[in-house]
Amino acid sequence: MYDNPNLERKVAQAESKISARNVQVFYGDTHAIKDVNVEIEARTVTAFIGPSGCGKSTFLRCLNRMNDTIDICRVEGDIELDGENIYDKRVDPVQLRAKVGMVFQKPNPFPKSIYDNIAYGPRIHGLAKNKADLDDIVEKALRRGAIWNEVKDRLHAPGTGLSGGQQQRLCIARAVATEPEVLLMDEPCSALDPIATSQVEELIDELRDQYSVVIVTHSMQQAARVSQKTAFFHLGNLVEYGDTDQIFTNPHDPRTEAYITGRIG
Amino acid sequence: MPLLWLVLIVLALAGAGYVLGRQRAMSSAGGDTRHLHSLPVYYGSNVAIFAAMPAFLVLAVWLIAQPLLVDSIVSADIPATAVPEGSTLSLLMSDVRRVADGLDLAISQGTIAADEAKTLRADATDVRALLASVGVALGSDVNETTLSAAQEFRALTGTGSMAMTVVVLALALGGFAYAYSRTNKDFRARNVVERSIRGLLIAAASIAILTTVGIVLSLVFNTVEFFRLYPALDFFFGTTWSPSFGGGSELGVLPLLWGTLYISVIALAVAVPIGLFAAVYLSEYAGAKVRAFAKPLIEVLAGIPTIVYGLFALLTVGPLLVKFFGSGGTFGVDWMSGASSVTTAGLVMGIMLIPFVSSLSDDIINAVPQSMRDGSLGLGATKSETIKQVVLPAALPGIVGAILLAASRAIGETMIVVLGAGAAARLSMNPLEAMTTVTAKIVSQLTGDADFASPEALVAFALGMTLFVMTLGLNVLALYIVRKYREQYE
Ligand SMILES: Nc1ncnc2c1ncn2[C@@H]1O[C@H](COP(=O)(O)OP(=O)(O)OP(=O)(O)O)[C@@H](O)[C@H]1O
Ligand SMILES: [Mg+2]
Repeated sequence: MYDNPNLERKVAQAESKISARNVQVFYGDTHAIKDVNVEIEARTVTAFIGPSGCGKSTFLRCLNRMNDTIDICRVEGDIELDGENIYDKRVDPVQLRAKVGMVFQKPNPFPKSIYDNIAYGPRIHGLAKNKADLDDIVEKALRRGAIWNEVKDRLHAPGTGLSGGQQQRLCIARAVATEPEVLLMDEPCSALDPIATSQVEELIDELRDQYSVVIVTHSMQQAARVSQKTAFFHLGNLVEYGDTDQIFTNPHDPRTEAYITGRIG
Repeated sequence: MPLLWLVLIVLALAGAGYVLGRQRAMSSAGGDTRHLHSLPVYYGSNVAIFAAMPAFLVLAVWLIAQPLLVDSIVSADIPATAVPEGSTLSLLMSDVRRVADGLDLAISQGTIAADEAKTLRADATDVRALLASVGVALGSDVNETTLSAAQEFRALTGTGSMAMTVVVLALALGGFAYAYSRTNKDFRARNVVERSIRGLLIAAASIAILTTVGIVLSLVFNTVEFFRLYPALDFFFGTTWSPSFGGGSELGVLPLLWGTLYISVIALAVAVPIGLFAAVYLSEYAGAKVRAFAKPLIEVLAGIPTIVYGLFALLTVGPLLVKFFGSGGTFGVDWMSGASSVTTAGLVMGIMLIPFVSSLSDDIINAVPQSMRDGSLGLGATKSETIKQVVLPAALPGIVGAILLAASRAIGETMIVVLGAGAAARLSMNPLEAMTTVTAKIVSQLTGDADFASPEALVAFALGMTLFVMTLGLNVLALYIVRKYREQYE
């Protein structure tokens, strides 16, 4: 029985990594996230879908407390990572973000060389023993970000000099380099061509072996391809959450059906 | 015709041109703006511009050129022998202008008739008394040469002004008529107006550039003149500064340069860290409320006149330093004899420069996009790591610019030096000793009865030139640093 790999996988999937309960987010008086409950499983890719402005980015940013940087933003409710409330006073958001990495909706490379962009996280967290080790980490991250071949000859050129799509892959590589346990990706492929997109999707699939990945996407096909779980947001509500297959083939909520068949957006 | 009237007439023409041009365009389109090439305002503006612009341009040039021309004609007519001993032609000419102005005034007040003024003779009338009666005081009696020159001056000026009025009015009318006749619905008034606006902008830019060129040229010529009287080597490498108007001055610039640099360095050593840290606090850590009240408060420092800082240096900081470092002071050392010292001026100047550094740096740090900070924080960096490794490097070119701007201010500052650092030109390492700077010495060389032909006065231009070259060098350096940084990161 224990020899059956499929079964093992199933057991692993049931393990919850992040669980959010009754989460409310306000921007000043705007109620952006309304009473969201969700369990994000370990070693799973979870897709957040929903029309523009429905709160996907906002909710994603709650998961590593990036909303702390917005003065007017207020988060209520419980979000637990491995059973520990991340909004607890004793939790250091800096430590949390090292564990829960993030790729942003808009590419934001630092005004540093490509190498330094990738080495930034490992240097801060002291992940490299020496220079050669750091070189290794950088190369591995760039390969996983599907950009190594394009930049291997100009590692010391500025990262801001890359094209938009290259910058986005650089940011993905930068996030991967710190070896987070959870990777939050906000529309990582919106500026990428089909080839780079499929490379990033391969990376996401590969990351699933060790990490949880949460990906926001506007592409139904992408959500269907890479994710095992899908959450559909609408006007700040989590309308439906379940296995990706079920959401796409047999949605329970009429709004979900309307969205994935292209009738609301 | 008085100038004001002329200007008003041209403006009235332009106003009328606006209304008429607009009307004509509208009527040529049958009252429907859709048939016009441009909006009606453009047709009106076109006529107004053609009426006013050439006229005003010629007026401006004429106003500048005519006095120069009249002066040169009149002074050419004065024989060299007529210039009295110990005086110069230019002094004589200023007498001539005064007499001519006096006559104008006398005529306008009705003291003498216009014809009478033209035929006045120095031996027949006491011109000095006449002019004194209308309130123009002259230093000496008016002799025949001066009077006839003044009369010629008046005649030429009168003719010139007449001609100017005629030409300007003709131009205004001509421009009006030309533009008005061209106005019809197919005329591309919008493009023409666009071009005149460009011309206006170019003119503004050239005025700024020409003024700068003029100032630099005058500096250069006077500096060259100075070096003809005083050896350049002695000026640049002399270590003594002791001007004496009796002659035999030693005008070595090194002590002054040393003082300038010493004080500036102390000032920057105070202003840069404090200003920069204040900027980082305000832009990264302070909440909106603190920021809203602290930032303007710091900027108030920039609004304090430098003379007030000078008083502060003289009356507060200087004596305080003496209390610490003077004889019988807190530290029991006798390093400082008077309140004036390099440190006094440097400290106060540093305080003055804080808002320059902090306010500019704050704006620049704020301009670094939030997404850059998010990127760093999202990787698990702390706030200060983010600031040190991402925000400040991204803001660096601007910060360097701010610092160099502060440095130029420090080098050019005068009042605080005069009151805080003393007037002794000295080459010394002791920061508690009185020294002085280039600017302070320019002031002292030019105040009082300066004879502008002597090296002691002309040296001011050489000093000014030195300062100018220094600030220029700083600016070039700033540009270089900014560009180098850009090459690396963008
Ligand atoms: N910094 C902010 N300040 C105020 N309101 C905000 C802020 N960020 C987001 N909002 C509001 O919160 C709501 C959700 O925004 P969010 O960015 O989460 O949408 P989204 O689902 O990511 O949309 P998209 O697909 O277009 O990226 C929107 O109504 C938005 O106007
Ligand atoms: Mg978004």
